[in-house]
Amino acid sequence: MKPPPFEYHAPRDLGQALSTLAEVRGKVLAGGQSLIPMLNMRLAAPEHLVDINRVPELAVMEAAPDGVRIGAAVRHAEVERAGVHPLLVRALKLVAHPVIRNRGTVVGSLAHADPAAELPAVLAVLGGSVRLARAGAPERDVGAAEFFVGPMESAVQEGELAVSAYFPALGPRTGGAFEEVTRRHGDYALAGVCAVVTLGEDGAIEAARLACIGVGPVPVVVDVTGSPDDAARIVSERTEPDGDVHASAAYRRHLVGVLAERALRNATREAQARGA
Amino acid sequence: MEHEITLVVNGTARRVTVPARRLLSDCLRHDLGLTGTHVGCEHGVCGCCTVLLDGRPVRSCLTFAVSVDGAELTTVEGLSSGGRLSPVQRAFAECHGLQCGFCTPGFLCTVTALLEENPAPTEEEVLEGISGNLCRCTGYQNIVKAVHRAAELLAEEA
Repeated sequence: MKPPPFEYHAPRDLGQALSTLAEVRGKVLAGGQSLIPMLNMRLAAPEHLVDINRVPELAVMEAAPDGVRIGAAVRHAEVERAGVHPLLVRALKLVAHPVIRNRGTVVGSLAHADPAAELPAVLAVLGGSVRLARAGAPERDVGAAEFFVGPMESAVQEGELAVSAYFPALGPRTGGAFEEVTRRHGDYALAGVCAVVTLGEDGAIEAARLACIGVGPVPVVVDVTGSPDDAARIVSERTEPDGDVHASAAYRRHLVGVLAERALRNATREAQARGA
Repeated sequence: MEHEITLVVNGTARRVTVPARRLLSDCLRHDLGLTGTHVGCEHGVCGCCTVLLDGRPVRSCLTFAVSVDGAELTTVEGLSSGGRLSPVQRAFAECHGLQCGFCTPGFLCTVTALLEENPAPTEEEVLEGISGNLCRCTGYQNIVKAVHRAAELLAEEA
């Protein structure tokens, strides 16, 4: 249970971080709350680790009325305390335990791309994006739909660094909810659903989007605007859960439908409250 | 390659030379001789190795020592002062918040930080606060009591 040897790099600014990554093609170390367990269990053995904890440009969070941009070195707990995005904060409270969130980073969770993790679902349902940088090239923004490529696989290429993530704010008459079922509080979800609902002036549903986790290789985004009452069936049909020791595929399929209904109901209630 | 780093542990600056892969938990125990920090699962699940990093509880088994060069750390050895147990430690003793004691250093560090941030937590906040620490002896009831008792002791001494 000890990590394998690696060469350690601790760049002091973003330029240095990018040139180091271009040179050594190493793995990025941010909070380390997913990476270090993988190293300890020898599931990963990178030759180089590039520690971005001392890069000041990455430790920045910018909240504007239209959304919040979170730098790659910003911890879960900092975003939670700042309270800058209600739906994101609600999802953060479901990520592991408070002590893990003191060290883990939001962008790290996205780049790790665990199919059962909460934050990818928030980015996906909001249509947010991740900004990628590479030495000697312009930055590029990758939308959530393209960012999550497969289980534990994101669009970050070798030599690239995810420098920040952008979470759009919820608009007027819009509410969000996150519902999940876990074996124990803080565990990865058996299944989970993040919902965002926007109501029209007349109180009818104008838009309803869901992102489902734990039931496919990446967060499964389903638009149920036209038939919110049928959300459970639609979601069950659109997702392809696997069975494992924790839950069978059939159970997960049933569960994600129940959670979809629940998340929609709660998001609608919040939208009503925000519209009043 | 070895790295020379400085850690301010319980108020004392300690210089130490470590390989990059040295976990903070092993650095504290083996390089600095502070064996109060316990190591249980070494993948962030059990919470035994929790220490305070610049005042906030973190898993020392999920932190590389080189990564926190220059940081201030508090381990269980640094909670008492002048030979007197801290209010959190006294509350755990008083409420029988431990049996074998293996998980206790992690609980003490976690709870110390929890009460600093939230001096009067509700039952729910206590459960959430200690949800990342496992105890296989007590069934948690007395640990939860100890947290509330510690809050009382801290309020009395404030």
